[in-house]
Amino acid sequence: MSYINSIGKYFGMLRYVFSRPERLKVYHTRTFNEIEIIGLNSIGIVAILSVFIGAVISMQTAANMTSPLLPKYTIGYITRSSTILEFSPTIISLILAGKVGSNIASEIGTMKVTEQIDALEIMGVNSLSFLILPKTIAAMFFFPFLIIFSMGLSLVGGYVAVTATGLSSHEEYVFGIRSFFLVSDITYALFKTVCFAFIIVTVSSFFGYYTKGGALDVGKSSTQAVVWSSICILLTNFILTQLILL
Amino acid sequence: MIEVKNVNKSFGDNHVLKEFNATFEPGRVNLIIGQSGSGKSVLTKCIVGLMEIDGGQILFDGNDFSKMNRLERKEIRKEIGMLFQGSALFDSLTVEENIMFPLTMFTKMSKKEMLDRANFCLERVNLEGRNKLYPAECSGGMQKRIAIARAIAMNPKYLFCDEPNSGLDPSTSIVIDNLIKEITYEYNMTTIVITHDMNSVIEIGDSIVFVYGGRSWWYGNKEDIIKTDNPEINDFVYASQFMKNLKNKLKQEGM
Repeated sequence: MSYINSIGKYFGMLRYVFSRPERLKVYHTRTFNEIEIIGLNSIGIVAILSVFIGAVISMQTAANMTSPLLPKYTIGYITRSSTILEFSPTIISLILAGKVGSNIASEIGTMKVTEQIDALEIMGVNSLSFLILPKTIAAMFFFPFLIIFSMGLSLVGGYVAVTATGLSSHEEYVFGIRSFFLVSDITYALFKTVCFAFIIVTVSSFFGYYTKGGALDVGKSSTQAVVWSSICILLTNFILTQLILL
Repeated sequence: MIEVKNVNKSFGDNHVLKEFNATFEPGRVNLIIGQSGSGKSVLTKCIVGLMEIDGGQILFDGNDFSKMNRLERKEIRKEIGMLFQGSALFDSLTVEENIMFPLTMFTKMSKKEMLDRANFCLERVNLEGRNKLYPAECSGGMQKRIAIARAIAMNPKYLFCDEPNSGLDPSTSIVIDNLIKEITYEYNMTTIVITHDMNSVIEIGDSIVFVYGGRSWWYGNKEDIIKTDNPEINDFVYASQFMKNLKNKLKQEGM
């Protein structure tokens, strides 16, 4: 029953998040600040993860290609397909749920327990919209760029790994990543990313905003935010794959 | 003027406010006092709409706040300043930005006008020149004064102070009390202060409501509270044996 209450409360929260902002200019400024905090500050971790994910996928593909009938360009092809369809949008979003989600939940949770949110409400500010809307817009706008960046770096990581170890040649790998390319794969990946960005910010904000108690509870909210964002991402990924790809 | 009429508030089986009545007049410092858990903070949160009441009326200059919709409440709230127990300053903003925040959100003032207003408010609380500090760089007393500066930035008609002296030393407490008293008289605000601090009661209590068991148990002013024979009040005001002995001695000497 409490899960149903929470789901209802979550959608009730969204109604206020997307209500008319008090001062558009202030929201613009906050959105740009959030792009820096949520997006630009995540570039480092996304870059490191993407390079290694790409490298490992290409090497594992090469290691599992035991049949001599399979052409070598399959390594590049599989690396590209796995990266674009799944690893960059989903795995990077799961990592961002950990990094960005916990940050959002603890920031808003701390504001809640230190009465800063009450202060906003007393002033007549719609605290839900003021705190959550700029973060949501920033994430939905910037995460697709992060994922495109991640896709590129994964392919580079794969290239370096297989060419440096002699598992594939430059020509074969490049031919592989260019084979059977569908633009719709990129569209699908970016659409998923926008959905995941929305989930990460709103679910994490929900847990932060409804924190009750003190510092310990802020920590609990932060953990719950990461867990539930991840579960929602995986469920959404399953549903979108079913609806769009199959 | 704020009037609280027959207000009830429960949390499950816990009936926190029972038929609560009080009137808070403008140009006076109205104190709400009472033991911990008596319902003072819940009462304040109900008055400002952070909690919904179960029954009764809360009237701001005759308008029933509890029956207003979100937009009507928003308009009233623009006229409310609140000093929270923990100051509730925005950590990520400087002192100046904290004070300018309500002005940025709700006025069409230019940057210079807002800055002038922030400087005026800072001067009013004796913190001129501290504009660029962050709340974490300020002492507890300074944070309270910054919170007062932010609360008066919009020239509010109503000022709420939730335990303004908690965590402060006696001399800083007196500074904060005097500041609240001065700005109340200066701007003819309806000020409501929740406090446990008996020094504050004696110093600034123009009008006092004693909350006991969720009810408005006793009304009076700072002179009345010393003279009253109400046993619940005496247990609260003269809580220690030393104070009880002092009161008995003063009584024996006819004072």
